[in-house]
Amino acid sequence: MTHRGSIEVLRAGALTTVQDLGRPGWAHLGVPRSGALDPAALRLANRLVGNAEHAAGLEITLTGCTLRLTRASTVAVTGAEVPVQAGVRPGDTGRPLSVPAGAVLRIGPARRGVRSWLAVAGGIDLAPVLGSRATDTLSGLGPPPLRDGDLLPLGDPVDAPAPVDLTVCPTPPEELHLTLGPGPREDWFMPTALDRLFGSAYTISPVSNRVGARLAGAALPRAVAGELPSEGIVLGAVQVPADGQPLIFLADHPTTGGYPVIGVVTDVTPLAQARPGTTVRFHGPQR
Amino acid sequence: MRIRPVGAHALLLDCTAPTDVPEAAAGVPEAALVEAWRAELWRRRERGDLIAVEIVPAARTVLLDGLPDPSATAEQLTRWASAVAIATTRPAEAHAEAADDDAAEVVVPVFFDGPDLPAVAEHWGVDESAVRHLLTSTRLRVAFCGFAPGFPYLTGLPAELALPRLATPRPRVPAGSVALAGPYAGIYPSASPGGWLLVGRTDLVLFDVAADPPTRLGPGTTVRMVAA
Repeated sequence: MTHRGSIEVLRAGALTTVQDLGRPGWAHLGVPRSGALDPAALRLANRLVGNAEHAAGLEITLTGCTLRLTRASTVAVTGAEVPVQAGVRPGDTGRPLSVPAGAVLRIGPARRGVRSWLAVAGGIDLAPVLGSRATDTLSGLGPPPLRDGDLLPLGDPVDAPAPVDLTVCPTPPEELHLTLGPGPREDWFMPTALDRLFGSAYTISPVSNRVGARLAGAALPRAVAGELPSEGIVLGAVQVPADGQPLIFLADHPTTGGYPVIGVVTDVTPLAQARPGTTVRFHGPQR
Repeated sequence: MRIRPVGAHALLLDCTAPTDVPEAAAGVPEAALVEAWRAELWRRRERGDLIAVEIVPAARTVLLDGLPDPSATAEQLTRWASAVAIATTRPAEAHAEAADDDAAEVVVPVFFDGPDLPAVAEHWGVDESAVRHLLTSTRLRVAFCGFAPGFPYLTGLPAELALPRLATPRPRVPAGSVALAGPYAGIYPSASPGGWLLVGRTDLVLFDVAADPPTRLGPGTTVRMVAA
């Protein structure tokens, strides 16, 4: 058997997880979808290194991480604005980089945004769990978050890296404008609740994570008190617990929940880059 | 039956009986209607009549997610509603149609030695052996899974025996704990915090990612508890 190479984790950072496109299709058994918080960014990183779009890479949070590749590899970093250093040479995000065998790959702290995705040619070749290698921080399925000293096996590269010089990674905006579609339980709220949601600015709370982005701002008054019997939850559902502060569910969301959902955010991917304190505004799908 | 909008790609089928409007399925317990819809929708998807990434039953609803065209699906659901209502009012026929249901019965051996067994007996005004007898003589069914991968919410216990949760949840409930809360029985597939009343435990492995399917206790499965 040939030596297929691996990633040695020198510094795991605040939260670095293995992510792919998740495990949709198991919600009826209580299994969250999980997967990269910005699937398009992971797909791009994979295309840049010649991987299938669903190959597993790393999702790196805020503080960055330091890795060593045991074989010469092509890598690409997408997502947040981060310094990248491959061996002795500074690299860029959004383009394929060649890293010599044994060289250290440094992804520094994010200057803007929160999360980066690293693809390595061949992908991370851990055993899939229910069809996915994604770390699910809610249920614990998939590999645990990276720790210093971990060794992650790499698969065989399938294709040549993409012949591009540089792709455009959009800069995370100062203020997020999210499109809100209808929710199943609008009737559990006072009519003023939707006016408040559309009419006021919210900020991202520091307790946000891969399960959900918690918001702070005008409380949404309920017309019906108490909890709902459990019902199915979708990605982007805006759930409103008893304190009236909305929570937007992200990839590791539970499959069922007992608080009413007032609306559903059409595209949650900008939230992957939203730092605590970022302003969030909602508008209807008609605009 | 009411269809509620859920963003751009999903619908929530609400089986809550309207309190003011009499309808064909009036008198059919909500859980039975949810189960009839779940079975119908899974069948329809299998046959190719319905495209949906997720069909998720819950207490009173069925969520359909990953729909290419929710408004077209809403029209289909309206057309299928009468067949589902008829299925719930003619249980004998419905059972004959789903003959493999009995094959799907899972026997769960339970040691009835949970720390909350005395509290449950007190709530119900019976002795502990009567609690054991009720749990082993009731034909339970997995209404839905949630809370954790493979955690089954089992229905079938009499509605009047619904139980409150613990005021203070336990920080760690062991895997295999057999528990009661609200109108449901449940089994913890893995260790986790939990507020249900613990009546026993089972050695049965509930959720195994290496197995296909990963749980034998998926929605619709009939469950019989036996004293271990």
